[in-house]
Amino acid sequence: MHEHEKQIPIWFFIGALLALYGLLILGSGIYGAINPPPEAQRVALWHLHADIWWGALLVIFGLVYVVKFRPREGEGLTGRQKPGSPG
Amino acid sequence: MACSPFFALAGGGSSSLLRLSFIDLVIIVIYFGIVLGIGFYLKRFASTGEDFFLAGRKMTAWIAGLSFISANLSSLETMGWSAMAYQYGMLGAHAYLIGAIPAILFLAIVMMPFYYICKTHSVPGYLKLRYGEGPRSIAGISFSFLTIMVSGASMFAMAKILNLLLGWNMDVSIWVSSITVAIYVALGGLLSAVFNEVLQYFLIWAGSLLIPILGIIHAGGWGRMLERIQQNAPIIHPTVQNADFTSLWRNLGSFDTNPMGIDWFGMVFGLGLAVSFGYWCTDFLQVQRVIVAKDLRSAQNGTIIGAFLKMLVPIIVTIPGLLGLAVLLNPDGSPMVLVPESDPRAGITHRTFNDVLPLLMGQYLGPGLLGLGVTAMIAGFMSGMAGNISAFATVWTYDVYKPLIKKDADDRHYLTMGRWSSIVGILISIGTAYLLFLFSNILEYLQVLVFFFIVPLFGAILLGMLWKRATPAGGFWGFLSAIVVSIAMWAYVHTFPDGWRPQPKVTLSEGAVVSLEKGADGKFARIVVESGRVDLVNVPVAAQTAVQGAPLDIPAVLKQGSGDVPVQVLAPAVVLADTRQTSKFGVEGVPVVLKPGVALQSTSISKTFAPAAFNPAHAKVIARSEKAKPMAVNMYSAWWSFVVCVSVTFLVSLFTKPKPDAELKDLVMGLTTMPDEGPCPWYQKPILWAGVVAVVLVAVNIIFW
Repeated sequence: MHEHEKQIPIWFFIGALLALYGLLILGSGIYGAINPPPEAQRVALWHLHADIWWGALLVIFGLVYVVKFRPREGEGLTGRQKPGSPG
Repeated sequence: MACSPFFALAGGGSSSLLRLSFIDLVIIVIYFGIVLGIGFYLKRFASTGEDFFLAGRKMTAWIAGLSFISANLSSLETMGWSAMAYQYGMLGAHAYLIGAIPAILFLAIVMMPFYYICKTHSVPGYLKLRYGEGPRSIAGISFSFLTIMVSGASMFAMAKILNLLLGWNMDVSIWVSSITVAIYVALGGLLSAVFNEVLQYFLIWAGSLLIPILGIIHAGGWGRMLERIQQNAPIIHPTVQNADFTSLWRNLGSFDTNPMGIDWFGMVFGLGLAVSFGYWCTDFLQVQRVIVAKDLRSAQNGTIIGAFLKMLVPIIVTIPGLLGLAVLLNPDGSPMVLVPESDPRAGITHRTFNDVLPLLMGQYLGPGLLGLGVTAMIAGFMSGMAGNISAFATVWTYDVYKPLIKKDADDRHYLTMGRWSSIVGILISIGTAYLLFLFSNILEYLQVLVFFFIVPLFGAILLGMLWKRATPAGGFWGFLSAIVVSIAMWAYVHTFPDGWRPQPKVTLSEGAVVSLEKGADGKFARIVVESGRVDLVNVPVAAQTAVQGAPLDIPAVLKQGSGDVPVQVLAPAVVLADTRQTSKFGVEGVPVVLKPGVALQSTSISKTFAPAAFNPAHAKVIARSEKAKPMAVNMYSAWWSFVVCVSVTFLVSLFTKPKPDAELKDLVMGLTTMPDEGPCPWYQKPILWAGVVAVVLVAVNIIFW
């Protein structure tokens, strides 16, 4: 392995992907709330607007991971490894 | 006789189940972009054989644990076990409790040190060290074959499901997914596979957790959901009228109080010991994920983390299956009835058990969320393929190619072989997927083969690790005889000395014109076929190609063997005589009248070997009850296979020469010195966390007793 190369932890990829997905779902949910689809095309429990709050949760979760695991010098590929840490 | 409910327009047909919007497609495309990007990024970190095949043995406990559990959480698994919960109720959750956790903890605490310390590349590699080349060759070759077959099956299943759910072209699904997997596995090896598995784990939860949340809200809460299940189950599963679908153990006192037709002994020793330990402790696909951890303690803690994560999976797998019994309704408010894949109505008038999760996705997930759900499903399939391909590349290179074909090459040569075998593995998988188009029943046999291969392997390895007197000859003959017995038991339960006759069936051809007469309760009283063609199976009629003279009456039930069997009527696309509209329905136990002029084709089927059917008398010999369902027979078969393996290994070992102690160092309990990994805080000790997981397991079983 290239030990000295700056490495990006997997958690960063996960955070970025979930934040992006959350943003798309949140945006789609807000659009759907402003322009409601016809009754016949709505999913069950549409009135709960799950896409809005689930999208928001994904954005928050993803951003926490992105910030916490952003690439920094000297980090392991699979996450930060402090000396003596079991992983 | 009460006829079964009318299922007109209940599902099936050519229209796709889910409809994706633009935003859903964007989400799917982003996923493909990300996994390819990760593959290219990781190529630079896979420059040696150790990097490529074992991810450099640098994984942390969390990565190893997530990958360990994710490799098992493929879409075949999530959809399959949701279907199991729909079929068997809460008993389906046992696969994640007693059917997994004790075995995973055993792997972590007892077996992991041996795997880890002997630095094997694979489970067949351990067999070589412990027993010699014979068992390793059997395990290596059969494992290589099975991983490729399973990978192809995963491709085929994905293409079929995406076609049924979304109407996607099957060739495009197969080629796009397999080329993507080939690229990222060939570039980054196991590291790529592990990264994508961890990514997939998060995607599956992000895409699936809303279904149980919304479903339980929709059902009116947990308690109301259980009530609805007990109300609907007798309608949905009429053959198990007295069964309790909502308990883990309360219903296992006898064979007829649960929908699986099993008792507690079969559940504990069949599932909890044989199947579960066989799968979790010796399936190399699983073990490979944790033996690549950076040290033994991380490997053990990673496995225990995996056990904890495994216990959470019923939330997104078992609960949706149970919700299927409670909240999936027809437009008229009656419970929607799903049928097994083997049911002749499957895909024509009825959706199948395997559709329960997609049906719930369609019911609750709107634009965006549906895209995430479908992405999670695709990720699950691709991850399943990648896991099998990376395991294939390792076992092929180290357990077949290196010992049998080219012994003394340098590391670079084996690395190149690993990359090429990944690509060749994918190509053979594609071939397998296309083979399954022609012989889709192979899939069923293949799953059975995998099922019965791992149990004998576990028996051989367990004795090898715990008993130094176990000899190479004992291991070989124990392993081989248990495989043969497994296959023999499978053949036995599908054998019918007196002949097996499928249920009588009347299929109305497309465009046949029918008049439907209904009773006061709105149900069918009689079906009159005015014109068209009718196919009869096991319905005795005089030999003729068309009805002549007087109308031909087909009764609602026919005598078959010693009992009365209702006649099934399938009408995938008929024309109603009064309205001239097209309709479809599936019904049984309703008389049919064929008017003069209706074309007839009559077939009589009787088989002595029928893989799609179980002989109850033979099932009783193996699973102790004629009521045993396929899953119960599988569990008991696994138990007997384990008993045979251990007994034969033991007996043959008594009369053959064991290996000297010096050759068994670091391979057998009592001859292995555990490495001192230095002091660690109490909260990092594997035994502590294994204890915590065990306590949680007991608590969950008591709560849902």
